[in-house]
Amino acid sequence: MIKDRYDVVVIGAGPAGSVAARYAAENGASVLMLERDREPGIPVRCAEGVSHNGIAPFIDIDKRWIASQIDIAMLTSPNGESALMHNNGIGYVLERRIFDTALCELAAKHGAQLVTKANALDLIKENDKIIGVKYRYMGKTREVKCDIVIAADGTESRVGRWAGIKTAVALRDIDTCVQYTLAGLDIKKDTCEFYFGNEVSPGGYIWIFPKSDSTANVGIGISGHLSHEKGPREYLDKFVAQKFPNATITYTVYGGVPTAATLEEIVKDNIMLVGDAARQVNPITGGGVVQGMIAASIAGKVAAEAIKKGRFDAKFLKKYRKEWDKTLGNTQKIMHSMKEKFLFMTDERFNNLVNFCKKIPSDKFSLKALFTEAVKGDPKLMLDVAKSFVVSKIKLK
Amino acid sequence: MKVIHELCDICGTCVAVCPVDAISVSEFIVEIDNNICTNCLNCLKVCPAKAIEEGE
Ligand SMILES: Cc1cc2nc3c(=O)[nH]c(=O)nc-3n(C[C@H](O)[C@H](O)[C@H](O)COP(=O)(O)OP(=O)(O)OC[C@H]3O[C@@H](n4cnc5c(N)ncnc54)[C@H](O)[C@@H]3O)c2cc1C
Ligand code: SF4
Ligand code: SF4
Repeated sequence: MIKDRYDVVVIGAGPAGSVAARYAAENGASVLMLERDREPGIPVRCAEGVSHNGIAPFIDIDKRWIASQIDIAMLTSPNGESALMHNNGIGYVLERRIFDTALCELAAKHGAQLVTKANALDLIKENDKIIGVKYRYMGKTREVKCDIVIAADGTESRVGRWAGIKTAVALRDIDTCVQYTLAGLDIKKDTCEFYFGNEVSPGGYIWIFPKSDSTANVGIGISGHLSHEKGPREYLDKFVAQKFPNATITYTVYGGVPTAATLEEIVKDNIMLVGDAARQVNPITGGGVVQGMIAASIAGKVAAEAIKKGRFDAKFLKKYRKEWDKTLGNTQKIMHSMKEKFLFMTDERFNNLVNFCKKIPSDKFSLKALFTEAVKGDPKLMLDVAKSFVVSKIKLK
Repeated sequence: MKVIHELCDICGTCVAVCPVDAISVSEFIVEIDNNICTNCLNCLKVCPAKAIEEGE
């Protein structure tokens, strides 16, 4: 039974929404999650790549939602040269359909309630104060009251707009993506591949994330400001025709990844934004699952604390912002400046970069080495990069 | 602006770049309110499925 009132209503049951719900419920709040789709996790708009260290703090690793374990990353430059990276820790390609549901189940186990096929339509306000959510469910428009709304509604981020927060991103801060799941391949199950270049994937990259030794998520993200005449699909189709001419496409999905820095405003009185909705994705890799979960765990705890103290004002909720900036937000800002560098990199520079990487023994080659070389010639950014790696090592273990 | 529903994948990318919140989404359909739309073309440029065209 859906009640008329909860302490916290979470909109969106992606990884960010489920983790926020779980932490709020675990710490004593009554929580309702509204999810528009019929099931959390579908359609899968994701290449499903995550690091072990990123997800392990939030859920016990379960082979039900792991398709493959990744030990090697391969970077390929526009001239076709490749560099291998071995020591970046263990990665996984997930089955997000199952993973997202498992995160929801965990939230439910801690007392949160989930309603699927429930589309949030607007915030309910009284004298400008947010007091609940209007949503569509089973052919009827309904209302639920709450003290805090957590907006975890993903890329589209409309809930924030309803609260008067500017959530729109610039064209250069969105990657427009298409991904195929391909079958009939002959690939290495432990290697993720990345292809760069202005002819290959302008302002982004093509990825091959294996789900088995014969299937993979093969997709592309190109920068929004470089997509118009030619969209991502034209680039991907060319790549796939050359690389996997005999493959079968078993799944096609489109999507957008915000590659911005976190929004200026992620809290207001009675509301917090988390995950893609708050633009918390890693702007270089486009990875948002772990970042969203980290932010959501902070927001969930702060929400529960707010309920206990009866403080729903922005001033109190800003604890979430502060903690997020300390944990990852500040690093993300640096990553965003670096992304700007990548965005305008010539093919020659990409070639040189991969060439440089090739000379590092693959077991010594790390993202830090790559980024440091990429921003060479920009002393301030170099320093920032070095700092960001110190910070993320401490915080993310 | 007009969404070609046959091509639209309901991915929300257009919504993320719309400066005026003219685009609404449900589980089954994405719609543009041309009373709000300012014809900035952002959505048309980023739509990965090329499911948006000019006109009402
Ligand atoms: C092609 C592609 C590849 C990617 N690859 C990776 C990758 O390999 N690794 C990685 O870490 N990240 C990747 N990402 C990014 C990652 O998918 C997102 O960062 C992540 O899903 C964000 O989680 P979230 O919970 O914030 O939002 P989402 O997972 O998008 O969840 C938002 C949820 O809110 C629901 N919702 C929205 N509006 C409403 C409403 N009004 N009412 C009710 N429910 C609503 C949606 O249905 C959805 O279920 C990729 C993204 C794309 C597009
Ligand atoms: S960006 Fe294109 S495919 Fe995605 S929701 Fe908008 S119109 Fe549909
Ligand atoms: S043209 Fe601009 S204002 Fe109109 S719907 Fe598209 S993004 Fe929004």
